[in-house]
Amino acid sequence: MEPIKVLTKNVDKPNSAAIDTYIAGGGYESLKKALKSTPDEIVQLVKDSEMRGRGGAGFPTGMKWGFLPKDSPMPRYLLCNADESEPGTFKDRVIIEKDPHLLIEGMIISAYAIKSCPMSYIYIRGEFYKGAMILVKALEEARAKGFLGKNILGSGFDLDITVHRGAGAYICGEEMGLIESIEGHRGQPRVKPPFPAVVGVFGSPTIVNNVETLSCVPLIVEHGAEWFKSFGQPKNTGPKLYCVSGHVKKPGVYEFPMGVNLKELIYEHCGGITDDLPLKAVIPGGGSAPMLTPDEIDLPMNFDALMKAGTMFGSAGIIVMNSSTCIVDATWRMSKFFAHESCGQCTPCREGTNWMETILDRIERGGGRPQDADLLFDMTDNIGGKSLCALGDAACGPVASAVKKFRDEFMYHIEHKSCLPGTKRYRRLDMPVGAH
Amino acid sequence: MAHLQPDSPYATERYADTTRSVEFKPDAKAKFDALLERYPTKEAALLPALHLAQEEFGWISPEVMVYLGTLLEIEPAKVFGVVSFYNMYNQKPVGKHHVQVCTNLSCMIRNAYDIYDRCLEKLGLQPGETTKDGRITVTEVECLGSCGTAPVVQINNDYHENASVESIDKLLDTLK
Repeated sequence: MEPIKVLTKNVDKPNSAAIDTYIAGGGYESLKKALKSTPDEIVQLVKDSEMRGRGGAGFPTGMKWGFLPKDSPMPRYLLCNADESEPGTFKDRVIIEKDPHLLIEGMIISAYAIKSCPMSYIYIRGEFYKGAMILVKALEEARAKGFLGKNILGSGFDLDITVHRGAGAYICGEEMGLIESIEGHRGQPRVKPPFPAVVGVFGSPTIVNNVETLSCVPLIVEHGAEWFKSFGQPKNTGPKLYCVSGHVKKPGVYEFPMGVNLKELIYEHCGGITDDLPLKAVIPGGGSAPMLTPDEIDLPMNFDALMKAGTMFGSAGIIVMNSSTCIVDATWRMSKFFAHESCGQCTPCREGTNWMETILDRIERGGGRPQDADLLFDMTDNIGGKSLCALGDAACGPVASAVKKFRDEFMYHIEHKSCLPGTKRYRRLDMPVGAH
Repeated sequence: MAHLQPDSPYATERYADTTRSVEFKPDAKAKFDALLERYPTKEAALLPALHLAQEEFGWISPEVMVYLGTLLEIEPAKVFGVVSFYNMYNQKPVGKHHVQVCTNLSCMIRNAYDIYDRCLEKLGLQPGETTKDGRITVTEVECLGSCGTAPVVQINNDYHENASVESIDKLLDTLK
């Protein structure tokens, strides 16, 4: 499969973030077209495109929009999730920094389609300071051209967009955490139901969509649902950004139709494994996705195929590890992340993630006990599905899969108090590690 | 919280000193007022207001928490709850250059810990500490969303991508 340039068609242009560049490439034409149709027609178009959300869960976007209550007197909100905090994911940043107007156009059309109130928010992670500044500038340009503000292009539709910077919390990428964070609270997810479409931000019906999802909307309006479906497989449609990082020769963001073969992506497009070492493990969908072994990676990268393989497509953040990686150490690092980022609300997640980290660290330091592998596996069963949001499940993904698929290495580590020959840990045990 | 003492050496564990109140300068106050217009509730402006306060005052002291609480009509305790939840709000003064090394998996397997260790050793610091001259603080942070150009080091608002021990070593020397 060859790489495509659909979502990324503008990113290589000089001065690609400027509105003039965007308009010269046909930008904001989709908005003009969309404003001539009714909101319901746009919703139907997105439903027909069978687009699934690009944030991680893969929920059909049109269906999500359809969940908004028809008779609520409350204003409706559209929130853009630009938190991009899943380890291994760096695709939204490309759109935000290189083609912000694609996202803004997508937001205006989407807000029109869901009959949003006149204010919409982009929740961008606090670390993306540069991206936030680019968005602020792009929004000013769009206001000056009349694409934002009152009575957009004479349609009678009003909208403005505010960039809301987060402040360094993974959990705010979860839609309920994000909503709490916009309201000025600690980003602790709420109980569902009610789902955000019914009661979301400021007590109003709310739609939360990922940057890439919203950026697909102008393309669907421009070319139609059938065109969008011509990429990928049934139920897994559209162009898709893949982020490849770790032990590959050419890491980066790649665009393919949905369903590119994972093996082909790693070995042909990313130039293979660094130092020409054998492959050891691949995390296919961001840090929370269960690991795959080298004999499992000959599959199409889409939602359904990866679910069938016992892992998840998530945000398409592919982390590749070669044979030099100590899998215990790699698993420890993921656990440390989740222990740090657990919001502290649900006991199984708050306590469990910390214990998993502690046990993995003790195995790495040569203090592992023979029952530790089973203990870890058992713990994942006691955390998964027992917390309010998906963070608990996410924390279990890498641990459960690593213990299951690399059990021999864990046992070797526990028995010999050292890494498997040929593997190494990428940290020094005598150095202090940052506290949580 | 039981040992909250006004004279505690730990800034975050003391009460606000009422004799040392803080206030935005006029231009920052104007920015703050503009923020309020973007949200339907005052409380929702807390996160951006904290970012603004951190730019103004350098860190979020108990006095800043009380000040923002007054402006936004929320309890200072609630402000403290938010400040302590998010990573990016500094609860104690940080150096002029805040060096944040990502050590998450993608960066780790591209030797991010070597960079982190080098920063600590070179400056003689423990994690999160600041050099005595107040120049540099070094912390370890979670994924910065730049894994394709790992390892990445964030210094204040700037990303330094494809970093190496040598490049960061040189960079540290240039931070005045």
